[in-house]
Parts: sequence; structure tokens; C-alpha cells
Amino acid sequence: MSNDYNFAYLDEQTKRMIRRGLLKSIAIPGYQVPFASREMPMPYGWGTGGVQVTSACLVPEDKIKVIDQGADDTTNAVSIRQFFEKTAKVETTTHTEKASLIQTRHRIPEHDLDENQILVYQVPIPEPLRFLEPRESETRKMHALTEYGLMHVKLYEDIAHHGHIATSYAYPVKVEGRYVMDPSPIPKFDNPKMSMCPALQLFGAGREQRLYAIPPYCEVISLDFEDHPFTRLKANAECELCSANNSYLDEVIIDDEGNRMFVCSDTHYCEARQADGHRGKRNRLDQEGYDATHI
Amino acid sequence: MQPIFEATGISKSYGHILGCSNINLSLYSGEVMGIVGESGSGKSTLLNCLSAQIMPDQGEVIFRSPSRGEVDILKLSEAEQRYLARTEWAYVHQNPRDGLRMSVSAGGNVGERLMNIGNRHYGNIRTKAEDWMSRVELDTSRIDHRPSTFSGGMQQRLQIARNLVTEPRLIFMDEPTGGLDVSVQARLLDLLRSLVQELSLSVIIVTHDLAVIRMLADRMVVMKNGNVVEAGLADQVLDDPQHPYTQLLVSSILQV
Amino acid sequence: MFEISNLSKSFTLHHQGSTRIDVLSEVNFRVEKGECIALTGPSGAGKSTLMRMLYGNYLAEYGSIKINGEELVGAEPRHILSIRRHLLGYVSQFLRVLPRVPAIRVVAEPMIASGASPKAAEDRAIELLTRLRIPQTLWSLSPLTFSGGEQQRVNIARGFSHSYPAMLLDEPTASLDPDNRQTVLELIHEAKAKETAIIGIFHDQAARDDVCNREIKITALHTAKQVS
Repeated sequence: MSNDYNFAYLDEQTKRMIRRGLLKSIAIPGYQVPFASREMPMPYGWGTGGVQVTSACLVPEDKIKVIDQGADDTTNAVSIRQFFEKTAKVETTTHTEKASLIQTRHRIPEHDLDENQILVYQVPIPEPLRFLEPRESETRKMHALTEYGLMHVKLYEDIAHHGHIATSYAYPVKVEGRYVMDPSPIPKFDNPKMSMCPALQLFGAGREQRLYAIPPYCEVISLDFEDHPFTRLKANAECELCSANNSYLDEVIIDDEGNRMFVCSDTHYCEARQADGHRGKRNRLDQEGYDATHI
Repeated sequence: MQPIFEATGISKSYGHILGCSNINLSLYSGEVMGIVGESGSGKSTLLNCLSAQIMPDQGEVIFRSPSRGEVDILKLSEAEQRYLARTEWAYVHQNPRDGLRMSVSAGGNVGERLMNIGNRHYGNIRTKAEDWMSRVELDTSRIDHRPSTFSGGMQQRLQIARNLVTEPRLIFMDEPTGGLDVSVQARLLDLLRSLVQELSLSVIIVTHDLAVIRMLADRMVVMKNGNVVEAGLADQVLDDPQHPYTQLLVSSILQV
Repeated sequence: MFEISNLSKSFTLHHQGSTRIDVLSEVNFRVEKGECIALTGPSGAGKSTLMRMLYGNYLAEYGSIKINGEELVGAEPRHILSIRRHLLGYVSQFLRVLPRVPAIRVVAEPMIASGASPKAAEDRAIELLTRLRIPQTLWSLSPLTFSGGEQQRVNIARGFSHSYPAMLLDEPTASLDPDNRQTVLELIHEAKAKETAIIGIFHDQAARDDVCNREIKITALHTAKQVS
């Protein structure tokens, strides 16, 4: 099946259509642009939107990285990476700073991004108002007229029922003071990274057929109340492998007794720190030469 | 004193079917006007035209807004119409399910209009929601309950609180007591009447229940086949109807 | 004061063969400040119709009704309501109120509507309910639960709570016990002393003799006729 695919799988007309949509979405930060999403050789919900955006953006010189919940080595990440290796013959990497295009599901890498990079998000439900307003005609009108009170109703409900804003992922943001946007299900810990980010951030929702974007250096503000301000949320711990205390942590159950440990969700970040000699408590406790990746 | 609301020459047809024809009416601050007529008489079409929910074929609707002065509602942009509709206007639906968000708590329902106009202080929003719940005689301990757990009468009172929280000047009501038990109706009418007096609200109320007119309305308009056949002081029209249709309507009430 | 001239009224019953009933024709009279007059005449002569026309409740066919100089015939509904609020009190034969509203509020309402403070209105309501012997335990209850006589007294208290310059009384002493009847007559005398012009229907001859300065006899026109 070596050369039977067009470059990056999609035909040129389709890629052109998607690029036009992307240009429009970049011109109107946060605005959801409809596009004719194609059938992809993977099920909806596995990143078909992100894959189409990546496909439309790829050039042969690109070096791509794919992460799923921060990890380079999970099924979804591996198969999408292989998909582009096969269909576009581009180089792949796990190094955040070496990648020119990063496709992500549910995380923003810990390492700062730069102006030469594109971050492509996989989006399940692009409409932040959908939870409370099921009518598409009405939500479009609300966006058009900047009627965003309803978004705060959702946050109000959170506080009323939980005492604080319990939304911890897909936390709604306002882009450049205009459109309210769903940042895809990234943890709200990552929300501040979207603001004034030097990299281009593109969002693709395959099933819902929507594209949207945050151009570089855009202001992205997480919605909140004056008396319940937005807070980043992170486990109150440090990584037990690399001792990082400022990265987003996963809690991993490690045995049948229910013991658990906290590790960086961003695997490349964690490995890079360990390579630099940082050691977490589990690394220190174990004997010399312990291989963290086997836990 | 000028009317707060003035409609002139309102006409609306649906193809060959007449909705309402050349209707003129005005409403002063603190006045309650009832529009009565049987089903198909055009009263709902008229209410929808007056509240800019549908565009009439002809006519103008002047509203003297406390904040913006005199505006022709039908010439405003949709954004301005919608803004007005959730600040200085209110619309109470017959079925509270049409006017409430059933999946949002009572407090969220009342607070929505505040958040819509930019209120961003949770504590203040909640205090105001509690205040309005008690003003419509709802138990404030149920502020976090969904309206789906409320009775029909409670839902209707919640809908009224949700509408009045931004202290609108003009309220449109479409059969507000329509689906309620008689005992609950009386309580709601009493509540509406005291709110109208207390807040000096102007109300246009569409109903086919003449008892509602008798208890709430200062003035009334009788509609038949898209036309106003009689208008005047509510008790005068009810007690001394002039038009054959009004006489029929009034004489058809069962006495208990 | 009332100035009534050329006042006429007929009813057309469109659904009963378009029958036209002429009730009043060219009624003329005046009632001066502080004067109380009684409408008399046989039942069905049109006394109640005239009273309702004077309140704006029935439409005059033509003629003029002036209350303290304000024209009622042909007036805008809003103007009629304003006249009722400030100039013209009416004690009807039957109390018509919303369910659930407590008696004290029913009585205080006309005062509040005319612009009095809620406190002053409540004080006046308490005074009147006390004088008319409505037990204090009933004040916070809806008058709809009261006996006929109690309802009538609440109705009278309501009518007299605000000092109107003109009043209409429809059988104010009917169905009252002697003590309360006496109180109502006192209220009428007090109103007259405050220069209120009063028009009333009193079947109670003694009461009429006690409070009225004059009588005006309404005679039936008996001219119901068929109009095609």
C-alpha cells in the first residue's frame, strides 16, 4: 500500500476545502466554521476531525508528534502517528520542541510551544452552549449576538450544586473578547497555556463538522465569577518519577492493594526531566538503574 | 403623559389567511390590558407581533424605553430586540416549560437574565434569585431544585420570577393561568395583581378567561376574525357589552 | 359634586331578536357638595342602571356626567379609572374581590391607589373595620369566607376608606343590624360634613329620611320595542 495514497491520505480538493475553512477560522478567532467532514479510516470519536486538520496542514518537511492524554505511547497516539508515517511519509517524533505539528487529544504539552509550531486539537463537541441549549439555530444566534449569559448559568449550576466551579475539563473560554469557545476536553489546568500562545492552535470536530482556531498571541480568558475566580486545578503532589511540581499529574493505580502514584501526564516532559537527572520519590526509593517506564 | 407602548396599523396575514388586521392600541405605564377572543381570533398573532416575535406585514410598534427613549420595535436589529426582550420586557408563556429551562435549578433560571446582562457576581445573583423566589411565594430552600420537581403553579410563579428579576417595564402574558387548577389560578392572579401594583408594571395579557380580565385588567380589547370589535374599560365592556359578539361572549359565561 | 344632563340609555340585545330596551331618557339633575340625594322609583325603573352609568360601568348613550367638573361620558378608560381613584367612591351591593386577599388589604386598597402611604391606609382600615364591628380575628382573612352581613360591612369600609368628593351608595344599609346600620349612617353624615356629594339608593325609608336632602324619582320608560 506504499504509494497508493495521496499525500496525507486526503485528496487535494478536500484539503483545499479544509484549508479554506481553517483560514476563515483563523480570521475569526474562536468562531466555529462548518466544513464538509470526510469519512476517515477510523471511527468518529477517535480523532477524525484532528486527523483531517493535520492532513490539510502537513507538508513533507513536517515532523509530527501525536499525544493522547499527554502520552505519546497510547493506542490512539501510536495509530495516528503510524497513519501519517504511512500516508505522508513524514518524520515523527515524541519531542515536543522538535515537532512542527502536534496533534493532541485532551492535553497541551508542558513544554512551551513556539511560533513555528501548530497544535491540532481533536474535538468531540465543539459547541460550548450545547449542554443548556439543544437548538443549533439558537446557539448560532447566541454566538452571533454575543449572548453568553447561558454559559455562566452552567458555571452557576456548578457552584450551586458543588460549592465551587466543578467543571474541570472542557472549561469554557472567551477568545479575544468575542467568541466563547469549548477548548476541547483538556484539563482546565491547561487553559492558561492557550492565551498568548506563540503557536497556531487549530481545532477539528469530525463528527460535528466544525473547525475553529486560536491564532498566535490571542487572549484566551477562562470564564468565571468575580467571587468564584477561575483556578487551575492540579493534584496536590509532585511527579513521583521526575519530581516536577508544576506539571499536570495523572493518578495511576499500581497494584491490587489500591496503592497509587502520581506521574506527569506529559510523558515526554517527564522523560526529559529524568534524563536531566531529576528524580521523584519512587525513583529514589528504588535501586539504581530502575526503569521508570516499566511501572 | 405619553403611552409607554403604542401600536398602530398592525396587520399580519398568513398567505390568504388573515391573522390580524389594522390593529391600533396603546398602553400607559401601570396599565393592564386584556386581549380576549376565541381560538383563531388572531389574539396570539397580535401578541406575537406586538412583542416582535413575528414581523407584521404592516404597522409600527413604538416603545418608550426608560433607558433608550422612543424606539420602533419592529425597526430594531434582532440583537436590540432580543436585548430589550430580556431587560425591559418580559414574556410569560402559558406553559411554563416554554419559558423555563427545565434542566437548570430554580436559582439558575431566575439568575439567567442577570447573567445575560453581565452580572458576574455569584453571591449577588443568588441573593437576588432568593429575593425573587420569596416575592413570588416560592420556598427559597428549593433554590437548587430543578423546576421539573415543582408543581404547575410553582413553575408558573418561577417563570414570573425569572421574568421580573431584571425589573422589566412591559410584560406580555399568554394565557398565564391556562393550565392551572382553579385554586392555583386565584393565587397566581392575586400575586400578579399585587406585583402589577407594587412595581407599576404595564401588562398585555391574552386570555379567553373573562374572570382573569375581570380581576386583572383595566382595559380590554375583544377580537374576532382578526379585528378588534370592541375596546374599552374592562368592567364596562364586561357589564355593558355593545357588540353582538361581545354580548355572546359575556353571556356564555357559566354562573356559579 | 355631580352634574348630570340629558343622560340617556338603552340596551340592544343582539342575541334576543335585537330587542332594544330604552331605560333612561334625558335625565337632568345636580348634586351639590355636602348634599346627599336618594334615587327612588319602582324596581326596574333604572335606578341601578343610572348608578352604574354614573360610575362609568355602563356606557351612556348620550348626555353628560360631570364629577367635580370632569366629564365621564366618552372619557378615555384611563381617565375614568383616574376619576374613580381620586374623585368617585362606590359602595356596591355586593363585594367583589380576589380570593385570598385579606380583609384589611381590601379596605386599605382604595386609599393606597389614591396615593396614601401604606401605613396611613392601614390605620384608616383598622379604624373602619373596628367601627363596623368586624372582629379583629377576621382582618387577616379573605372576606370571601365571611357571612353576607360581614362582607357588606367590609364593602362599606372599603368604600369609605378614602375621602372622595363624590360617592355612590347602592343600598348601603341593607342586611345590617341596627348598630351597624347606625354606624353607616354616621359615616354618611361624616362624609357629607367633609363636603362629599352623595347619590344613593335606599330602600330603608328611615335611613333615607335621616341622611338625604332630596329625592329624585326615576320612572320606568316602559318602551322596550322591537328593532329589526
